[in-house]
Amino acid sequence: MNSVVGQPISRVDGPAKVTGHAIYAAEFNLRNMVHAALVHSTIAHGRIDQLDTRDAEQEPGVLAVISHLNAERLPYEPLEKRPPVDPKAGEQLHVFQGPEILFVGQPIAVVIAETVEQARTAAALVQVAYHEQVATTEVRHDRAQPPTEASSKAGRGGGSRGDAEKAFAKAPVKVDMWCSHDREHHNAVEPHATIAEWFGDHLTLYDKSQWVDNVRSEIAHVFGMPAENIRVVSPFVGGAFGSALRTWPHVTIAALAARQVGRAVRLELTRRELYVSVGYRPRTEQHMQLGAEADGRLVAIIQDAVAPTSVYEEYAERTADPVLRTYSCPNVQARYRLAPVNANTPCPMRAPGIATGVMALEIAMDELADGLGMDPIELRLRNYAENDEAKGVPWSSKALRECYQTAADRFLWSRRSAPPRSMRNGRLLIGYGMATAFYPAERAPASVQAILYANDTAVVRTASSDMGPGTYTAMTQLAADTLGLPIERVHFELGDTEMPKAPVHGGSMTLASVGTAVVDACKALMANLPAGEMAEGHGARLRRAGLESLTATGHSEPGDEANKYSSAGFGAVFAEVWVDPDFGTVRVPRIVGAYDVGRVINPKIARSQCLGGMVGGIGMALMEQAEWDARLGRVMNANLAEYLVPVNADVTDLDVTFVRSSDEIFNPLGAKGLAEIALCGVAPAIANAVYHATGKRVRHLPIMPEKLLVD
Amino acid sequence: MLAFSYVVAPHAETALSLVCGGSNATFIAGGTDILQLLQEGVIAPPSLIDINALPFSGVQTEQGEARIGALTRLSDVADDPGIRQRFPLLVQALQETASPQVRNMATVGGNLLQRTRCLYFRDATVPCNKRQPGSGCPAWDGLNRINAIFGGSDRCIAANPGDMAVALLALDADLLVQNVEGERRMRLADLYRMPDENPQHETTLASGELITAVLLPSNEAAGHSYYLKVRDRASFEWALVSVAAALEMDGTRVHRARIVAGGVGTKPWRLMRVEEALQGRPLTPDLARQAGNRAGDGAAPRAGNAFKVPMLQRAVERALLTAGGIA
Repeated sequence: MNSVVGQPISRVDGPAKVTGHAIYAAEFNLRNMVHAALVHSTIAHGRIDQLDTRDAEQEPGVLAVISHLNAERLPYEPLEKRPPVDPKAGEQLHVFQGPEILFVGQPIAVVIAETVEQARTAAALVQVAYHEQVATTEVRHDRAQPPTEASSKAGRGGGSRGDAEKAFAKAPVKVDMWCSHDREHHNAVEPHATIAEWFGDHLTLYDKSQWVDNVRSEIAHVFGMPAENIRVVSPFVGGAFGSALRTWPHVTIAALAARQVGRAVRLELTRRELYVSVGYRPRTEQHMQLGAEADGRLVAIIQDAVAPTSVYEEYAERTADPVLRTYSCPNVQARYRLAPVNANTPCPMRAPGIATGVMALEIAMDELADGLGMDPIELRLRNYAENDEAKGVPWSSKALRECYQTAADRFLWSRRSAPPRSMRNGRLLIGYGMATAFYPAERAPASVQAILYANDTAVVRTASSDMGPGTYTAMTQLAADTLGLPIERVHFELGDTEMPKAPVHGGSMTLASVGTAVVDACKALMANLPAGEMAEGHGARLRRAGLESLTATGHSEPGDEANKYSSAGFGAVFAEVWVDPDFGTVRVPRIVGAYDVGRVINPKIARSQCLGGMVGGIGMALMEQAEWDARLGRVMNANLAEYLVPVNADVTDLDVTFVRSSDEIFNPLGAKGLAEIALCGVAPAIANAVYHATGKRVRHLPIMPEKLLVD
Repeated sequence: MLAFSYVVAPHAETALSLVCGGSNATFIAGGTDILQLLQEGVIAPPSLIDINALPFSGVQTEQGEARIGALTRLSDVADDPGIRQRFPLLVQALQETASPQVRNMATVGGNLLQRTRCLYFRDATVPCNKRQPGSGCPAWDGLNRINAIFGGSDRCIAANPGDMAVALLALDADLLVQNVEGERRMRLADLYRMPDENPQHETTLASGELITAVLLPSNEAAGHSYYLKVRDRASFEWALVSVAAALEMDGTRVHRARIVAGGVGTKPWRLMRVEEALQGRPLTPDLARQAGNRAGDGAAPRAGNAFKVPMLQRAVERALLTAGGIA
């Protein structure tokens, strides 16, 4: 039988999704279900003086209005070990436990009613009087502090080697600049939603989640109940980009309300509510300094990044990683500081921290190349990191040179005229720009159950997730090949805490972690298969042995390769832009990316990942921007009409190539993971192309037209 | 969002009687804007009167004055052969409007009355003089990059959104309006009010009045007109700046020009200074530039939208060059 691994198989969950058979969290239609609508604080800091729910309670269909005045006290037991997706310091928001207000949009009450419309009508009638206090709504650099040791230990802080300050001071060629990107929101199509239903002291949650085991564990601690009494179900996720990694306060609210009214409660957040409920990529300002020899070799890199966190949690990112690991350089200093503001806590968004660091580093490298009069690719090749100099170990694999070469060839980089503002098409200014992409590869423990049935079908299951990258499909392919079954006869299941434990569906880890466990489970199944004739099918062997089915479990976890080697995905991204000099408008007619992500299990879906990353990168470069009004302490464009993401007309020719690569040191599959890297490098490639087109360096993303019009 | 009643009006008389007399009821046609306003709690009418069944749709363009029923969908206007032939400026504006899906729903009458995109108007939890008279205008010293550079004050600098009204004003359109007492005809130029002291009052329509048709006089500008729109993304986005240029030419000379800008005024903004600069003169690249430079005359930009002045100047220049066929 032909192998399906490596084949461009269409999504196995595609037909269910396009025919409406895929059930998302908000769509589970339980008997006796009632609906919730939230009331949010409209001040940034203070206390609730009075909360008048009488009008709301009089509305037809209303069962309860729950607030700090009448909510049960929840234990919020501390977790013995924080999950990797949670901030390392601070305390999660406790819902309805007191009158304190910490940010605009904090949930302060929930209305439960027979219909959504009744709940929302009643929620609008809740009257609140506040005692307002001075709020901090702007990042003050002079008040920013390095993260606590807990964050730093987890790699979410700075890092250094050599003496960067000294080397920078003596460097003959320097770049010294500030850059930033604005706050971005995930804006997945599917809004977050939770349905909670109690059976005595057992709780079932239907939730939008990238990690059902984490929802179970956190809710167990919030309610002080055994995790075994909680089941979390999340079979489909309509995009998340990191927003569904954590267990957010609305999940607790749904469970709390369901217990209080004794009915199943459905809570679906509105688009505007998502902006205050589920985190965001924090606006990050970065001071970048590069020092180089006249031949382009880097002698110093200094990064000073400042980002906001909330006043109740310390959310820190890995912005230092790209600076420490992308290029060979003896002296590197990466600092990271945080300033608490009265806002909800930021959270990971596709390539959290890494995309931020890559952006600053790659714009700075472009400036260095420009200052040296050197081709930007040549500058990067002169500083090629043969080893991971941050960890002092070799890469388990690295084909970045091939990425530069492949992408440059496909892009026809050789047609670039080097001086800025030297390429035109009629009135339009044309620019070519490029950047390196980098994302660390990691693995985590995963377990899988595989069951073979006598009718020659198999079910493979684990509590993983598929927010869109193709987990269902890739795992089915791996299982089908290992079991020697046609792909139609293998059914892969995920998203249920009843299944074996899987790691968080994030950090581009799922394929390398869960995929390895899938193969392990299927191999175990094959090893236990009763003997039979050569040509005899699996089912026939089971039937002959009198078995209806055969079950095996598989497991995988990182070995000591993580100590001896460093692993990462690499890529090279090239962008062309057309700038209208009269209006400052930028269009991106094409992007070419070449990636080293190890072995590609499904080239069709892998390409889709990269296309999505390029589209996200166009957004980051040119339009995505949460507009924060510091006077009012809130995002003013919290909807999809005013928060812009690219539309079809913004996306034209996207070209994706995977260079030949397989990393069997990193894991037996040879796959390094692919998701986050697809975003990395796109925005700086576009920003560098805009400079090349116009001669104007815009260092603060997004590059809105006025930044090219007004000096 | 508060609960509301919903009535499908079978006749115009029913619709008009339900909305008149301070009932606070609101007409709904395509609903593309009103649903956003309801969901966000920006408006909370006690009842919605659905007028989709009323006989106000269809396009007549045979000769003389063209008539577009107010319930005609934007896509049907843009696809109408007579409109395409006689008023290409309107077609261009409609093709740049929103998305195909929205154009299939949105009506001509509703589009003329769509509400501003000012960020503070659209968030019901913050002050806004237009939404909550007397509460203040946070846009004046706040996030105002999409706001108006003409016609505003510290009371309100909300920009009138939309493309169609800009083109229709350049085409010198009239409106037919009905109320319980009968029908009246008015100039589109008289529809919109300046915000002045009462930014909550956006139009001169009385409560309960319904736009039933748009009337377009014949003109000689079909061969020399152009709608140019500058926006933050390539499609499905309101204009930062737009320009409708309708030129009636006498050989190479501009016989008459109507130049209207969108995205920059508290109402669709006729650029009289530009028109004057063009009047009777041969259209050349130099004249287009000079006339374009007059486009910012009288502008009072704020910190966030000062870029609209040079953007508008160059947009007018470009629109004139394209309309005049000398680009």
